[in-house]
Amino acid sequence: MTDWPILSTITFLPLLGAFFILLIRGDEATVANNAKAVALWTSVVTLFLTGFMVSQFDGSSAAFQFVERINWLGDGVDYAMGVDGISVLFVLLTAALMPICILASWYSITHRVREYMLAFLLLETLMIGVFCAMDLILFYLFFEGGLIPMFLIIGIWGGERRVYASFKFFLYTLLGSVLMLLAVLVIYWQTGTTFIPELMKTAFAPDWQNWLWLAFFASFAVKMPMWPVHTWLPDAHVEAPTAGSVILAGVLLKMGGYGFLRFSLPMFPIASDLFAPMVFALSAIAIVYTSLVAFAQEDMKKLIAYSSVAHMGFVTMGLFSATVQGVHGGVFQMLSHGWISSALFLCVGVIYDRMHTREIAAYGGLANRMPVYAAIFMLFTMANVGLPGTSGFVGEFLTIIGTFQVSTWTAMFATSGVIFSACYALTLYRRVSFGRIEHEGLQQIADTDRREIFLFVPLVIATLIFGIWPMPILDITAASVENLVSNYQDSLSTHAANALLSSVPESLR
Amino acid sequence: MYQAIVFFPLLGAIIAGLFGRVVGDRQSEIITTALLVLSALMSCVAFVDVGLDGETKTVQVLQWIHSGTLNIDWVLRIDTLTAVMLVVVTCVSSMVHVYSIGYMSHDTSRARFFSYLSLFTFMMLVLVTADNFVQLFFGWEGVGLASYLLIGFWFKKPSANAAAIKAFVVNRVGDFGLIMGMAAIYFTVGSLEFDSVFAAANALAEGQLEFLGLTLPALTTICLLLFMGAMGKSAQFLLHTWLPDAMEGPTPVSALIHAATMVTAGIFLVARCSPLFELSSTALAVVTVVGAVTAFFAATVGLVQNDIKRVIAYSTCSQLGYMFVALGVGAYQAAMFHLFTHAFFKALLFLGAGSVIHAMQDEQDMRKMGGLRTLVPASWFVMIIGTLALTGFPLTAGFFSKDAIVEAAYAAQIGPHMFAFSLLVVAALFTSFYSWRLIFLTFYGLPRCSNETLAHVHESPPVMLVPLIILAFGALCAGFTFYDYFIGDGQAVFWGGSIFTAAENNVLRDLHEVPRWVKLSPLVMMLAGFSLAWVMYIRRPTLPTRLATEHDMIYMFLLNKWYIDEIYNFIFVRPVKWLARLFWKGGDGAVIDGFGPDGIAASVLYFTRRAVSLQTGFVYHYAFAMLLGIAGLVSWFMLTGGQ
Repeated sequence: MTDWPILSTITFLPLLGAFFILLIRGDEATVANNAKAVALWTSVVTLFLTGFMVSQFDGSSAAFQFVERINWLGDGVDYAMGVDGISVLFVLLTAALMPICILASWYSITHRVREYMLAFLLLETLMIGVFCAMDLILFYLFFEGGLIPMFLIIGIWGGERRVYASFKFFLYTLLGSVLMLLAVLVIYWQTGTTFIPELMKTAFAPDWQNWLWLAFFASFAVKMPMWPVHTWLPDAHVEAPTAGSVILAGVLLKMGGYGFLRFSLPMFPIASDLFAPMVFALSAIAIVYTSLVAFAQEDMKKLIAYSSVAHMGFVTMGLFSATVQGVHGGVFQMLSHGWISSALFLCVGVIYDRMHTREIAAYGGLANRMPVYAAIFMLFTMANVGLPGTSGFVGEFLTIIGTFQVSTWTAMFATSGVIFSACYALTLYRRVSFGRIEHEGLQQIADTDRREIFLFVPLVIATLIFGIWPMPILDITAASVENLVSNYQDSLSTHAANALLSSVPESLR
Repeated sequence: MYQAIVFFPLLGAIIAGLFGRVVGDRQSEIITTALLVLSALMSCVAFVDVGLDGETKTVQVLQWIHSGTLNIDWVLRIDTLTAVMLVVVTCVSSMVHVYSIGYMSHDTSRARFFSYLSLFTFMMLVLVTADNFVQLFFGWEGVGLASYLLIGFWFKKPSANAAAIKAFVVNRVGDFGLIMGMAAIYFTVGSLEFDSVFAAANALAEGQLEFLGLTLPALTTICLLLFMGAMGKSAQFLLHTWLPDAMEGPTPVSALIHAATMVTAGIFLVARCSPLFELSSTALAVVTVVGAVTAFFAATVGLVQNDIKRVIAYSTCSQLGYMFVALGVGAYQAAMFHLFTHAFFKALLFLGAGSVIHAMQDEQDMRKMGGLRTLVPASWFVMIIGTLALTGFPLTAGFFSKDAIVEAAYAAQIGPHMFAFSLLVVAALFTSFYSWRLIFLTFYGLPRCSNETLAHVHESPPVMLVPLIILAFGALCAGFTFYDYFIGDGQAVFWGGSIFTAAENNVLRDLHEVPRWVKLSPLVMMLAGFSLAWVMYIRRPTLPTRLATEHDMIYMFLLNKWYIDEIYNFIFVRPVKWLARLFWKGGDGAVIDGFGPDGIAASVLYFTRRAVSLQTGFVYHYAFAMLLGIAGLVSWFMLTGGQ
């Protein structure tokens, strides 16, 4: 069992599926149907394998597991895969969202279906690769490569302003990528290795830490996205097809946070500590500012996109509090946001497929004709608001508890977010679902059908189960999170001791 | 048994909510109601059980959030304080369920209604059985959700939707304090379980807390933050604005949630945290002042309202103020006693009003009622009982509990107790006046409704009247039956350790020994209020109009609820909307995008448009750049041999 490279299998199985799709021949309808079937089956099998992998995962250990390491690019740069308590659930999240995405696109994508499915399978490989990579270079390849299929998805199957949206996305990420690549090279230069566990043990010189931290930060902050580099997200979401939005919100946004957890905090603890106040400030601004902006939106997807930025503010705040609760909450919040925001975008998708508009004012009174839809939408609205009993609460609460121990100001601004989120989320819900049906076109709108309900069921279950009993997630991540935090605090105290020592004159030592 | 008390309502909510359309409306009603009645019966058993031996029982249900040293579990905690709340919640709720079968009989989504009602009851039960602050917060937000859903139950009505959102958002302002309070407690104590936190109360009282750049006394800060939550949920002055609007919901909802149970959650919270509040005289003083001001403010506004439900809503607000005064002067038991009796007579008043509204084809304006005494005699009768109890007529429930609060306010020797005492006595006059005004306007005089409506006026069916009669019985008897247990000689045994009072706090003993004029003052005020109302609305019905025109300013000030909604609109709502647009169009649009991507894009676009077709061109560009980068990287490794 141990010899079988399960992580590589999970990672590259979708690529294999993509290869099969390429081989499909026949007229357009056949190709489309077969491509859909292959994509669905591939992603389902991947999900099962991932589920198996997670069930074999030992949550009590903070070490990397299922490790594979083969010499790749000569000295120090290996093909290395492995997961620890922090990354393992992101792999599962990705694998679980993928079949949902493919099913969600089943009828709504009608042109270039084969290419669409190809892009999604390719994207899956690259995203899973990000979370499994144990080598910096490998990580970078997956991390940046994932953008290409995402560009294609927005650029080809997107809405009217898709070119503008992907261009914006491109400009933001380009800057980050260049700086990060530079940092990767510097790291290799200094240490002669790109193997992540080894880098985690390396104590970088404090001055270098600052520069490296900033370079990584440029890339991760854009992905997150943090204020003020968030403006690509609403546009990307608005233009992306539903499934694209789901993946964007569900998985791609988590890569920034994952990067902070994997690199910034463990490798550059001194710099992280130095820059934490800045991160706190940006997080607090993100929460208050973008919540307010969300309140003013007229487009459903934009509103949810802005609310995503606010929720990611909780994540960054929690991670950089470097307390067990903060980091734990940050990880949980990322996962939970992964399925809640996905579900919200699917909710928009359901009515977009019927009415072909995302404008809030074009709706109203949907609860009259779509009671099932209204109930589902209500649940996820409440989860978005962070109501206890939904998984949205656990993450928010833990990050607030964690941050309060470090910065009461940040915690206070974050907590004020609970008021604002109630404002925008409930207003959106009211304008869409409540009231009488005023628009002629809505008179005959049909409620969610079986396929759509089937898509929501796993997300509903995850939201409620992990709201009431989040222990499976908290347990599996606990060891890694505690290990991360204690290493972080250790290096800080070592650094403080050294600084104290160096301030003593030479003669007295 | 305790699990059954709490989870039966949830079971009912799930059956009616998810399978309502399968099992049918009538079946949903019967299932939810039956489960609640069962739950109520078991609560009564638990009440006797726990009340007599005074022991705290805990039942572990499930782990919830464990992270580092933070351990939060789902635990049911049953002590006397909980048992009192269990009885109040389940009894009133089961009465309201039964009543709603009649009241909602014409509605099209009854299964949904009963599902929400049961869900609310479940959340409330979780709140009162909580063993830690987070579980309490779960129930706290859960009742908020149920309240939101029920206020907006008639979702086609824009006013109902607006009221629902307002209730949720204003409550969240209070929750802000509660969350911060919890964070502060965990930071200082390292636990959120009641027992551990209360055990650390003495240390907290001496400790300091660095909060928002200030060094503050830890205990007082925590208490005030928690109290902010209580103010939101219990609709205290400044955070009260949602409660009158909440009357948009169906009347049974107003009776259950916005009179008897949910709004008393704040009282429960402070009583539960008596080990903390008791050690902070500052926090207690704040509680007293807020309570007294609310009692007075709401009573003044109640004087002039014309909507029958709004009068009772302001009355609720005012009575909650009384309870907070009792808490503030250290008479926690008296506050709980009033909570207990108030639940009966206020639910009775609301349901009675509902019966009238039902009879009048959903008319709520008292100016269009009048002369209904002979047409709906049973409703009239129970409303009279409710009013007697509310105004504190001797031997009714309110007489014992409300007078105890007024006396406690006088007897307590701490904080601004005389300020509170004087406001409460004046409020008692107003209470009596607006209560009798309601009765006179509704049931006496000549009918002012249209003849068509008048022809259809009918007494409510038995399914609505039976709960009214049971509640009326409670409103009459709950006072003298439980006086001894709650605040009399038996109180120490009854409460066990569930309410903490400091050694020097003798207010419960002292309140029995206040001067005679203090004892008589509420009674005098009640009679004065009654007489005044009688003169103005029976004897000389033109007088109110004349007074209103003569004292235009005061009348408008009261009618518009001290203009607090308008002020909030001006200082919060409009600036927030303005800021939101400014950040969006100005911040994101002009500044960030203008200098960032759009600025760059504008110049880049110019060049790329010439070179390649843009639609796919730049994507390939990017892929190409990536490939080049990788190629460069790889060749660099090859050449240097990975040195």
